[in-house]
Amino acid sequence: MSLVVINFWYVAAAALFIFGLKKLGSPDSAVKGNIYSAAAMLIAVAVTLFNQNILSFDWIIIAAVAGSIIGVLAAQRVQMTSMPEMVAIFNGSGGIASLLVGWAALFNTGNTLLTDITVVISIVVGGMTFSGSILAWGKLSEIMNSAAVVFSGQRVVNSAIVLSLLTFSVLFCLDPSVSSPYLYLIIGLSILLGMMAVLPIGGADMPVVISLLNSYSGLAACAAGLAINNNILIVAGSMVGAAGIILTNIMCKAMNRSLSHVLFSGFSAAKQATKVEGEVKPITADDAFLILEAAQSVTFVPGYGMAVAQAQHVVRELGELLEKNGADVTYAIHPVAGRMPGHMNVLLAEANVSYDQLIEMEDINPRIGGVDVAVVIGANDVVNPAARNDENSPIYGMPIINVDEARTVFVLKRSMASGFSGVDNPLFFCDNTRMLFGDAKQSIASVVAEFKI
Amino acid sequence: MEGVFLSMVLMLSVFLGFELISKVPATLHTPLMSGANAISGITVVGALISAGGELGGLSTYLGAAAVMFAMINVVGGYMVTNRMLSMFKKKDKSQPGEKS
Repeated sequence: MSLVVINFWYVAAAALFIFGLKKLGSPDSAVKGNIYSAAAMLIAVAVTLFNQNILSFDWIIIAAVAGSIIGVLAAQRVQMTSMPEMVAIFNGSGGIASLLVGWAALFNTGNTLLTDITVVISIVVGGMTFSGSILAWGKLSEIMNSAAVVFSGQRVVNSAIVLSLLTFSVLFCLDPSVSSPYLYLIIGLSILLGMMAVLPIGGADMPVVISLLNSYSGLAACAAGLAINNNILIVAGSMVGAAGIILTNIMCKAMNRSLSHVLFSGFSAAKQATKVEGEVKPITADDAFLILEAAQSVTFVPGYGMAVAQAQHVVRELGELLEKNGADVTYAIHPVAGRMPGHMNVLLAEANVSYDQLIEMEDINPRIGGVDVAVVIGANDVVNPAARNDENSPIYGMPIINVDEARTVFVLKRSMASGFSGVDNPLFFCDNTRMLFGDAKQSIASVVAEFKI
Repeated sequence: MEGVFLSMVLMLSVFLGFELISKVPATLHTPLMSGANAISGITVVGALISAGGELGGLSTYLGAAAVMFAMINVVGGYMVTNRMLSMFKKKDKSQPGEKS
């Protein structure tokens, strides 16, 4: 096949990618959308194999089979609660692929200055995506400490890395060659920079990082496309880049923080929030059952704690029992609940909760006053009323789900320890709040058991 | 001219991407992310050309490694997205005509 014919097929693939992404806009058509997108990928890969520059298929077959096997195994085995880790790993894998493609493009003859610059960009962005994602994976899977690591002089060190990266890139582009020592310096420094970028970002800020790395992996593919003059890489890569940036933006807004604040400053609880005084009112599962049985409307507010306790299935079971009992049951989901955008929605979907019961923050807040019981499961900061009314609180201004306005609030919690941000939560001391202490899964299971008697 | 043409393509697809993605509801953000992730495995196309190219030596090995990593991304990404999306179901018993 001539290059022109191949490029026409790429246009068809691009159209299918776009159509697939469009279909991803609604839960009804999303499965189809994903299949269209996969078909586009298949077309792009298949026609590329007809490229006359490809002389030997030995390595292609070995590498493609190895990669596919790893991909299939990973996709089948991953637990829904570990999706953030999985996405981080896939991001990293895309990043290193772009780095390698950029590197290999240096071997082509007749490269222009523009090509060399884009090669450097694809190596730098690819390398950063790779190491940043691996570090994010380490933090998410709690192989390493997931808290933000901040040390004095961090900014100086980072600036030095960026400056030397720029210097070496310029020096490399002046005399580009595969054996240039600057090439290895650029690769090493971009990998270092990726790690330094993720280091100061901790636990609850992870959704921002994952979205951002997602965006980088697209941009890396895009840069690799510019380096090898390939349209389909540019189109697909830049759409992924745009997707990541939009999600990053949504996550930042939902935390009322700017992107630069998330990226550079860690989470400083420097401001002293007004100390909350009061008495917490514990409740037993028996009493919780009696209140829930009488409730007309119940809203569950899940957080990362639900994922940790793997409580989504018992929550759905309780939800169904309450519905049978005549109550209106909804699930209110804060945009940053969990460790990646939409994390809670996937867990509840896994547990067979109908997606029209999943309500977004903006839609639940206006009618939360009419909710009889709000059940907070493993969420803390996203329901902290201090964000609304305590100007001294570090999370002041963050949009929250106003569960304190519901008639009764149950908070399921292991102990009285504060949330990730270390901020006290006045919700626990409200008159209408009852604390159900213990493991979330067991607590709910005992309420479910009461219903079945 | 090549550079100008490619930047035009880049600019248009960024805008298109923004338009398409901003319509995706929050419920689908995780599958969107892993689906987008799979798309970023498009680098495999570039990797194939390097891995099968006539240049040989390091270029081939770099290309082959890139093919492997990109395939993990593509195959794993699409499969896991499909797995997630097929879990999003609407119960039939809920009142009809209440489509969002």
